[in-house]
Amino acid sequence: MMSQFFHHLILGIQSGGIYALVALGYTMVYGIIRLINFAHGDFVMIGAYISIAVIPFLSATGVPLWFCLLISLPLCAFLGAVVERLAYKPLRRSPKLSALITAIAVSILLKNLAALFFGSAPLPFPNTLDLPPINLAGISVSAVTWVTVTVSVAVMAALEIFIRKSRTGLAMRAVSENPDAAVLMGINSDRTIRSTFVIGAALASIASFFYCSSYALAEPYMGTMLGLKAFIAAVLGGTGSITGAMLGGILIGIVESFTKAYISSQLSDAVVFVILILVLLIKPSGIMGKMQREKV
Amino acid sequence: MSKSKLTALVLSSAMLFSGCAVKGEETIYIGALAPMTGVSSAYGSACASGIRLAVNEINENGGILGKQLVVDIQDEKGGIEESINAYNKLVGNGADIIIGDVMSKPCLAITELAIEDGTLVITPAATAEGITENGGNIFRVCFTDDIQGKIMARYTADDLDAEKVAVMYNISDDYSEGIFSSFCAELEKLGIIPDSIFGYGNDDKDFRVQLSKIIAKSPDVIFVPDYYPNAALIVSQARELGYSGKILGADGWDGILSAVSEKNMDILDDCRYSAHYSPDDENPVVAHFVKRYEKEYGKTPTSLAALGYDTVYIIKAAIEKANSTDKNKVAEAMHEIEAICVTGNISFDENGNPIKEVSVISLSGGEPSLDTKKESL
Amino acid sequence: MYRHDFKKGIINFSALSVLFLALLIPSLAGGFSRYIQGLIISVCINIILAASLNLTTGFLGQITLGHAGFMSVGAYSAGLVAKALPLPDGIRFLLCIIIGGITAAVFGVIIGIPAFRLKGDYLAILTLGFGEIIRTVIENLKFTGGAQGLRGIPRVATPLCLTIAFWSAVFCIGIMFCFVRSRHGLEISAIRDDDIASEACGIDNAKSKITVFAASAFFAGVAGGIYAQYLGIISASAFNYLKSIDIMAFVILGGMGSLTGSAVAAAVLTILPEVLRGFSEYRMIIYSVSLIVLMIFKPSGLFGRYEFSFVRLLEKLGLTRRRKNEYSGA
Repeated sequence: MMSQFFHHLILGIQSGGIYALVALGYTMVYGIIRLINFAHGDFVMIGAYISIAVIPFLSATGVPLWFCLLISLPLCAFLGAVVERLAYKPLRRSPKLSALITAIAVSILLKNLAALFFGSAPLPFPNTLDLPPINLAGISVSAVTWVTVTVSVAVMAALEIFIRKSRTGLAMRAVSENPDAAVLMGINSDRTIRSTFVIGAALASIASFFYCSSYALAEPYMGTMLGLKAFIAAVLGGTGSITGAMLGGILIGIVESFTKAYISSQLSDAVVFVILILVLLIKPSGIMGKMQREKV
Repeated sequence: MSKSKLTALVLSSAMLFSGCAVKGEETIYIGALAPMTGVSSAYGSACASGIRLAVNEINENGGILGKQLVVDIQDEKGGIEESINAYNKLVGNGADIIIGDVMSKPCLAITELAIEDGTLVITPAATAEGITENGGNIFRVCFTDDIQGKIMARYTADDLDAEKVAVMYNISDDYSEGIFSSFCAELEKLGIIPDSIFGYGNDDKDFRVQLSKIIAKSPDVIFVPDYYPNAALIVSQARELGYSGKILGADGWDGILSAVSEKNMDILDDCRYSAHYSPDDENPVVAHFVKRYEKEYGKTPTSLAALGYDTVYIIKAAIEKANSTDKNKVAEAMHEIEAICVTGNISFDENGNPIKEVSVISLSGGEPSLDTKKESL
Repeated sequence: MYRHDFKKGIINFSALSVLFLALLIPSLAGGFSRYIQGLIISVCINIILAASLNLTTGFLGQITLGHAGFMSVGAYSAGLVAKALPLPDGIRFLLCIIIGGITAAVFGVIIGIPAFRLKGDYLAILTLGFGEIIRTVIENLKFTGGAQGLRGIPRVATPLCLTIAFWSAVFCIGIMFCFVRSRHGLEISAIRDDDIASEACGIDNAKSKITVFAASAFFAGVAGGIYAQYLGIISASAFNYLKSIDIMAFVILGGMGSLTGSAVAAAVLTILPEVLRGFSEYRMIIYSVSLIVLMIFKPSGLFGRYEFSFVRLLEKLGLTRRRKNEYSGA
């Protein structure tokens, strides 16, 4: 019984790790321009399709398959920059409603472009991680699981250091604190915002790699639910906070896993949405977020 | 802006009202409904390919009663509202015989209209209960969810001698739920109560929690009646968790090979599913169909393609039997024919359901092969 | 003033009646196939949906992504009641529409009470969550038919369905129009423009927001009621959040804050995909690109806040005398 409990915990942490990677992208973008980038989940989907497209070439040349990440990561990052430039930048001074609608439209656009090019039937994702499972306190933990958890924690730590120590990170914090003042301090706010999108999209491509390694199918709508849950994770953790996104992601993963195991196997999605509603009503700033007062 | 919008409106209504009369004296005009876009498009387009192949063959060989066959395939996007629109459009264009719908719920919706109109509706693949029972002019070529649930239950109990059975099904899906309930009911009659039953939602991708609980009871068989994308995920996650026993499915598994990458085909070993036909069947009708289809489209036909193909030939047989294209006479003739088809030798019972065999396919090394054929119940 | 309103009413009513007869007579005489009648019904349903979402999105200025959830509540309650009530067709149809609307309005209040505390992105996500929860719950309940969908809802003859759908749409739009032009309507527009200022002016933001939520849900429920009884079979999966986004596209393209815009956009965007059946793969791509372009160049939508008026049309054509100081008092 106890070993099953730990097994479910580990499964939860693994899916939580993927949610966390996606949630980081939401939280960074939200932190800097106060926009829910609805299209973020679809960056994950695009990342998966890029990998599927390049993997036949990789296996033909004998390169290890996980190198697909090295191709999908810059391409996704580039896509993030393009989307930001074309769809979001022109709306920087517009009402928030317009930006939100644009984000939803970008999301629909990416899904349907993928459906057009790759078809709406799901495509298989080959097994790219040929590593042995490890044994943790009597439970066999598959390679996908431990690599996912390790990498997502490492990425989060690197990101935290980047935000704290680097000049770009400093600029990001400054822009998110007060965009106008940041410009006065000589920070190029456009470039800073763009780099946020680039980092977010790059994280999404890492997430897509692990997502597809666990659930080996890619389809145009795969980003929707994933994106929603990751967003809920970001809200739970406190939008704008990197540690919060990580924490929120893993919590959501564990909650889902335990709901399936101990409450009802079919209601896990509804439970996650109930969590969202409760968080929004009780503590909208999330676990790690700062409370913001609205001023006239 | 509003001017161009107005132009668009006028143009569109002009196109709407003009309609397109395809029906002529020398042709037989038949309508077909299938999801060609959207999530179910894999089924719709396979079915449409089968239909087109059959129509081309028949027309090459002189048509039906000397008339050329014209099949107008309308995309209904897998939706109820869309399928009603498409049905009305086809009937408005003069179609008396409709092939469709491929999916169950849209099919249910159009049968109600068809009973009012008296249109002859023959669905290739709507397996849900309560479709053909509605009226004497509704037929289907596929077996029902109820029958395949029962057949798989008997297969589990008799052929596999399984004692410990686990079931996972999609609670958000009528197809999955339908097979699940008839499977469990029949299994109970045979004296087996499933050890564990787990449901999941439509958007779930992670089934490992349920599977780990199932596997902890080491079942002989796990039954997964769902469409192939979810089935592929469940099989691969069950294998990842170390389950090496048998996993069974239903005709929604058709196409599962396209959802597993070539390197991992071994996860599908020891998987069986009920199907309408098996491409490796040595029956000459099947061999001819598979050869023609592969030549035309460059891939192995799925069950849906075979059902679409058969539906057209059944219509041909019925029209020839009736020696008329009148919908009522053809509907009567439907009960008298026995068509030799790819998916078996088909005759229809009083409800318009086919009496034919059910194939069970087993997968090994990424190759499907015919395991056994079961008499329909 | 009263006489003018009366005159306006007569003009509007007769214009709509002419339109209605233009639709009904060919339907009965067989000039319109059932396909076209069905399309007109779909258009009416979508007009009600779009206009009702416009109440929250356009006039209150809050994005909600759970409108299909309200529609499904209306559709299911109407469907369930219709199955249980042995009444003549027309009466049952109307009664069930109203029941659908009321049930949906109750849900609107239940969801509105927590939701009014939030706005913007958070409200969008919250309503999306509620919509998905409603869908999941319907799928898990026995009496709604679960995943099998609710089957065998009694249907009525298509011309009767068309009549009721048309006049429901007219009636709903009429009420909504009166609502947004009323004191309450001005209040909610004030909340949209600046909620803190409106609160300071003595407007009860919470109460107004919940009223709008309930009203919007009511009309979505009405649309759901027509939808259920038109199709005869409904399934929860049709009311997912993509449906909500479809409705939102009508509202935004038509113009946030213009009921005319919503109606025109809903009509055009319902008919266009039917005409362009062959292009259905590109439909959503065209939608999304036009949304983005619109947001960048004309964020207020095609119609902005413009409302069409027969009275003004007649005045422009010189058929009636233009009154002075038309907007001076109300």
